[in-house]
Amino acid sequence: MISIRNAKKNYAGEVRIGPLNIDIPKAGITSLIGPNGAGKSTTLLMIGRLLRMDEGQITVANMDVAKTKSEDLAKILTILRQENHFVTRLTVRQLVGFGRFPYSKGRLTKEDEAIISKYIDFFQLTDLEHRYLDELSGGQRQRAYVAMVLCQETEYVLLDEPLNNLDIARSVQMMEHLRRAADEFGKTFVLVMHDINFAAKYSDRICAMKNGRVAAFGTVEEIMKPELLTDIFETKIDIIQGPYGPISIY
Amino acid sequence: MSMTEFQAVTQTNLRAGLRHRSARAFRSGKDAARYWILLVLIMGVGLLAAAGLIFYNNPVPVDSPSFIPVVQRRLVAVGAMFVAALCHSFATVAFQSVTSNRIITPSLLGYEALYSFIHTGTMYFFGAGALVSFTGIGAFSLQVALMVIMSLILYGWLLAGKYGNLHLTLLVGIIIGTGLNSVSGFMRRLLAPSEFDLLQSRLIGSVTNANAEYFPIAIPLTVATVLCLYAFARRLNVLSLGRDVATTLGVKFQASIIYTLVLVAVLMSITTSLVGPLTFFGFLVAMLSYQAAPTYDHRYIFPMAFAIGFSILTTAYFLLYHVLSISTAVSVIIELFGGLIFLTVILRKRSL
Repeated sequence: MISIRNAKKNYAGEVRIGPLNIDIPKAGITSLIGPNGAGKSTTLLMIGRLLRMDEGQITVANMDVAKTKSEDLAKILTILRQENHFVTRLTVRQLVGFGRFPYSKGRLTKEDEAIISKYIDFFQLTDLEHRYLDELSGGQRQRAYVAMVLCQETEYVLLDEPLNNLDIARSVQMMEHLRRAADEFGKTFVLVMHDINFAAKYSDRICAMKNGRVAAFGTVEEIMKPELLTDIFETKIDIIQGPYGPISIY
Repeated sequence: MSMTEFQAVTQTNLRAGLRHRSARAFRSGKDAARYWILLVLIMGVGLLAAAGLIFYNNPVPVDSPSFIPVVQRRLVAVGAMFVAALCHSFATVAFQSVTSNRIITPSLLGYEALYSFIHTGTMYFFGAGALVSFTGIGAFSLQVALMVIMSLILYGWLLAGKYGNLHLTLLVGIIIGTGLNSVSGFMRRLLAPSEFDLLQSRLIGSVTNANAEYFPIAIPLTVATVLCLYAFARRLNVLSLGRDVATTLGVKFQASIIYTLVLVAVLMSITTSLVGPLTFFGFLVAMLSYQAAPTYDHRYIFPMAFAIGFSILTTAYFLLYHVLSISTAVSVIIELFGGLIFLTVILRKRSL
């Protein structure tokens, strides 16, 4: 379980995120949605200890992210940001191999190689595995990075807009992959999502944020309500029942 | 074994070869082979030129009693090249990796400015006599210590603080460097021409400046620092992925960066105190070694960078001394080529 208690982050001036109080249960996919500046990414970064909170406490699997050694945390939780600086002369396989660093410290064993192969195949990167990252399209690179963080084999996986840079087909594919990873490997995903419909179709829970606070948290059905979404996004949003669940129209 | 059987086995082996699935440092066996051949060739050229520098055109015959002293004097120069190559190659490659930037060099952090400030200050405040006697182990240790302390304060203050920010640190480094340069430029203007001349020969990098007295400290210190960096290579690989990914993978980014930068500071101070500033040399070496070592892995980039650095220095000195008979400071030539390559890289890549 990820539990956030009174977490606050003050940016310069009036902008402040929090206090946040929320418990994200283990297993399944939880999506954070909300307008720009609502604090979705900030929340994710604070859970992933990439951003220091100013007050409060966040624990992941009962480990305090601010106090636990980064090395130990790397075996429990992993986080991927939207933009990643990429190194030239680094192949997809080598990048995915970095996911094993918390365990092997750079000396890959046979088991590591097998795990790397598993995730490369899982993300259908097998044919690309010996390509350099700068020879890939943005979407392929995105998949390679997601493969790397999954290769870390942590219980908790935090992804900041995993559908960034992806076209519709690739987005669907990515969400199918994540859904399968959640179901087959029992992982807990927390995703920052921009597309409400993608979030609704593939998530177990949705956390809606507004003005630096959690506005609503619940199952997809509980959140996909026209009044609620209209209020959160300050735009008229209708909900219709589609073949795969609720769909928002805006 | 029949022909068809043989073909079948070969086919299977081939497929197995294609299916080799491992995240090794090189993309393919071909790349690895190319790396090792280049490394051996470049090192070979370097050693050949070094041997040439030591033995070629020796004015005294081998059986003469003064043969050994001549060789010893030349060995000092080659020793200085060895130290300078080791320092610049390791320092620049490590620095560029932790800053995730391939066009800046540690010289930007103001070591060379501090070096020229120390020397100009000595001349300005204490006169030519003081500058001439400002040599020896004491002066050398003092310079190295000053430079390392300066960088520790700079990094400790700027990187470890609440707003730890690498780019801010670099900016402050550049400003301090420029400031020190202006102050020493001003002091130089007030010197007598003869004093200025004496000072100038100190400030232009040259292995002939190298003082063999420093070697008992400089060589072990350099080798130890370089070994520390090499042992850190696997972490440098992760650090080069950037702050966020490195943290996610469990590497303490801030602490690792300060550790690396302190080692870089030690290397830069040693080489600057020993042979003077060589601003573009490290950049040139790092740039060429990325081309020659097609991998992200520092365990392979470091040796290549050293080989290239050593070869450039020895070959340049050999050619200039024995072939072209020009005894101009080689650093001027290296700076010229380094500067040209720097410009080419910026213009060709456009985006950094």
